[in-house]
Amino acid sequence: MQYLLLLYSAESGWSQMTKAQQEQGMAAYTAYTEALKQAGAHNNSNRLRPISTATTVRIANGKSQVLNGPYADTKEQLAGYYLIDAPDLDAAISWAARCPGASHGVVEVRPIWPLGEYGESV
Amino acid sequence: MISREGDALARSTADAVARRSYGKLVAFLAARTRDVAAAEDALSEAFASALADWPRNGCPSNPEAWLLTTARRKMIDVTRRRRTSELAAGHLQVIAEGLEAAAADAAMEKGIPDQRLALMFACAHPAIEAGIRAPLILQVVLGLDAATIASAFLLSPTTMGQRLVRAKSKIRQAGIPFRIPESEDLPGRLDAVLDSVYATFAEGWTEPRGTDVARRDLAEEALFLGRLLTELLPQEPEALGLLALMLHAEARRHARRDADGEYVPLADQDPSLWDAEMIDEAEGLLRRASALGSIGRYQLEGALQSAHVHRRRTGHANWEAIVQLYDALLALCGSPVIAINRAVAIGEARGAGAALEALQVVAADVRLTEYQPYWAARAELLAKTGAHGEARNAYEVAIGLERDPAVRRFLQRRQSALAHR
Repeated sequence: MQYLLLLYSAESGWSQMTKAQQEQGMAAYTAYTEALKQAGAHNNSNRLRPISTATTVRIANGKSQVLNGPYADTKEQLAGYYLIDAPDLDAAISWAARCPGASHGVVEVRPIWPLGEYGESV
Repeated sequence: MISREGDALARSTADAVARRSYGKLVAFLAARTRDVAAAEDALSEAFASALADWPRNGCPSNPEAWLLTTARRKMIDVTRRRRTSELAAGHLQVIAEGLEAAAADAAMEKGIPDQRLALMFACAHPAIEAGIRAPLILQVVLGLDAATIASAFLLSPTTMGQRLVRAKSKIRQAGIPFRIPESEDLPGRLDAVLDSVYATFAEGWTEPRGTDVARRDLAEEALFLGRLLTELLPQEPEALGLLALMLHAEARRHARRDADGEYVPLADQDPSLWDAEMIDEAEGLLRRASALGSIGRYQLEGALQSAHVHRRRTGHANWEAIVQLYDALLALCGSPVIAINRAVAIGEARGAGAALEALQVVAADVRLTEYQPYWAARAELLAKTGAHGEARNAYEVAIGLERDPAVRRFLQRRQSALAHR
């Protein structure tokens, strides 16, 4: 199965870190990504720029509404994601637990809804 | 022409198989696809087919294998109808291959591999909402319907039905595995399974006279599941401890009410009404558990029950030992409910004053404002210290929170006895 690991964290945490701490943090993510690749579980991953760069779009009454900022203004923000292959939820959870993001924020595990499967949400 | 006897035989055979193997068949059918709902549907259709076929053609020598083969065909039919994409082809193959192999095994009289434990671990997975784990286990392992489970857990059938459906969908869609966890995860995950079984028992336990069939049966089902766990995990001391705890409690069921249906507290119960066989079994289980050398919550609670039995058998109480067991339990779980029972034991060992002090420590817990045993214990202890006014108030709250009429009457008698002093 495929799972998306959504990494949420407080953005202020990063800016408050020293250069050395930031480098250490990046190295942890690099090592984690490498481990996923070695295991053949890595599909795709990206880090997102901070919410100050976010733009939100929706169509209301036929007009597109473009707003500055993220969809939800919460303390912890979506900061990146990993799309992984895992045989089951337990395997996905153990990858999520190894993710550095689980230590300085939270990681949400969501199964991918495969194309071709309809009407199964409950 | 279908004879009445053939019909009755088919029905009783089907009932026996359902009782014996329902969970085994569901677990087996759902293990590969994790689609519990589809497995249940296919199995219920297979049972319906059996009731039509067996009276005519006679009961098969291996009814489980017959039902499995029939249910498997139905599952494949449904999948074929529902899914047409490439993905479905792979899915279909998984079902077909797994079930072919199994049906072959079953037909060879090797028996259906028992994956009920794996199914229970899936139902009690941390990704499943805690409150629905016990109902889910009851449904998928024992085949109880949502309405029965709802009435036992005091929920509306619609709500219960929806929550069960949602939980089953989560198992399938989130890919919750049917697997007995690795040894490092096992203790925590096993606790969730044991807690679900105990929650089931506790729900059934609240109805001591057995007038409410759904609730009475729940205690029996919990004992069945408890036995099953000790068979599947004979080396897990906590599984043994849980069964011992439930047997000790069940052994006293008939002593909890007098001839008029009035509530009898443990201290006033007639030990000759206790089920000696169940007590012996419980004691044996606790001995087995302690030999395995790893203490836990259920063993301690079982040991407490055992201490109460000992008191009634020998006539002398060792309340200090009981307090010590509660100390250990409190250190392990830290639940306010345990703290209350510990305070009551302290009351017996060292007097009501010491008990009230111990109770004070947990009084700040907001959960207790709606917890009847807290108020009943507080009332008893206050009454013993002579603080009758406060005791009356505490009884008042306890009476207001109680849902069992017999216990309510008992508390009212205690309260009014106080008023006359």
